[in-house]
Amino acid sequence: MPFTNDQLQRYSRHIILQEVGAKGQRKLCEAKVLIIGAGGLGAPAALYLAAAGIGTIGIADADEVDLSNLQRQVIHTTPDVGKAKVLSAQETMNRINPEVTVKTYRTFVMADNIMELIADYDFILDGTDNFPAKFLINDACVLAGKPFSHAGIIRFKGQLMTYVPGQGPCYRCVFREPPPPDAVPTCKQAGVIGAMGGVIGSLQAMEAIKYILGKGDLLTGYLLTYDALKMDFRKIRLPRRDTCAVCGKSPTILAPFDYAQAVCELG
Amino acid sequence: MTITVAGNKKEYPDGLTVAALLAAENVETPEYVTVSLNDDFVPGDSFDQTVLGDGDEVEFMYFMGGGR
Ligand SMILES: [Zn+2]
Repeated sequence: MPFTNDQLQRYSRHIILQEVGAKGQRKLCEAKVLIIGAGGLGAPAALYLAAAGIGTIGIADADEVDLSNLQRQVIHTTPDVGKAKVLSAQETMNRINPEVTVKTYRTFVMADNIMELIADYDFILDGTDNFPAKFLINDACVLAGKPFSHAGIIRFKGQLMTYVPGQGPCYRCVFREPPPPDAVPTCKQAGVIGAMGGVIGSLQAMEAIKYILGKGDLLTGYLLTYDALKMDFRKIRLPRRDTCAVCGKSPTILAPFDYAQAVCELG
Repeated sequence: MTITVAGNKKEYPDGLTVAALLAAENVETPEYVTVSLNDDFVPGDSFDQTVLGDGDEVEFMYFMGGGR
């Protein structure tokens, strides 16, 4: 189906790009991206992916909007406090771009639902705030052969990496297993500058868009770190770990599993 | 000897171990930091025994759990 005049206008700044064109925009409009966590990272990512015309955007989060979220979770507004985050996110995305289909999953993502959840998507964004979830997303994506973007933010720092099946290391190659609860600080304890989610979440959206377009170099095999106080971006080359429990030569993780962690840690 | 730590060239005395470097660099919760040495991971249980040499390149990778 050819683009309508409205679509040509809406996406004109994409279509004029040599790397995108009408063909690339078509790919974006047919793509399906799942965002796990509608928070500091997921909010800006969701805004840009909706604006870019990603055909289907899934968003998973069990929480409601809290006043303390609004300092960074720019997809939610003050009147949304108390509303399910996935609904608030869906409303904002559809106000930006009514053409995108937003699928909401108001649930905690766990071992017993993640494989079904990611099955229908082309690319997954990890916007979660805790290590059990980050390892679960990694394992599920490796096992299902799905590309995904990992990211984390804290204080004035952020980082991200991209996993593509068959290319480069996975998150578990680098970090092995979650640290014990409270061994390393979380955002809730340590704080995070709101704009950090904007920087890193937007980079996650950029990785998804580049993957869908098939253009440029992804952050596979690299960890991009950003230190806002030093205003320093670094790309750290990541070794591969042949003994990785999920993507290594003799994997021991053959199905996703949940790490035990108190629910209060999830907020 | 001169080693490159997180992209910066630094002077350190010979015989420095990874564990000593983590301390010298004031790395927070060093037991939960992933370290690579010349593009290979250093096993977490051998930070004490891994001695650095002139020209080595060391990177630290930190857990960052936030996102929401
Ligand atoms: Zn791996």
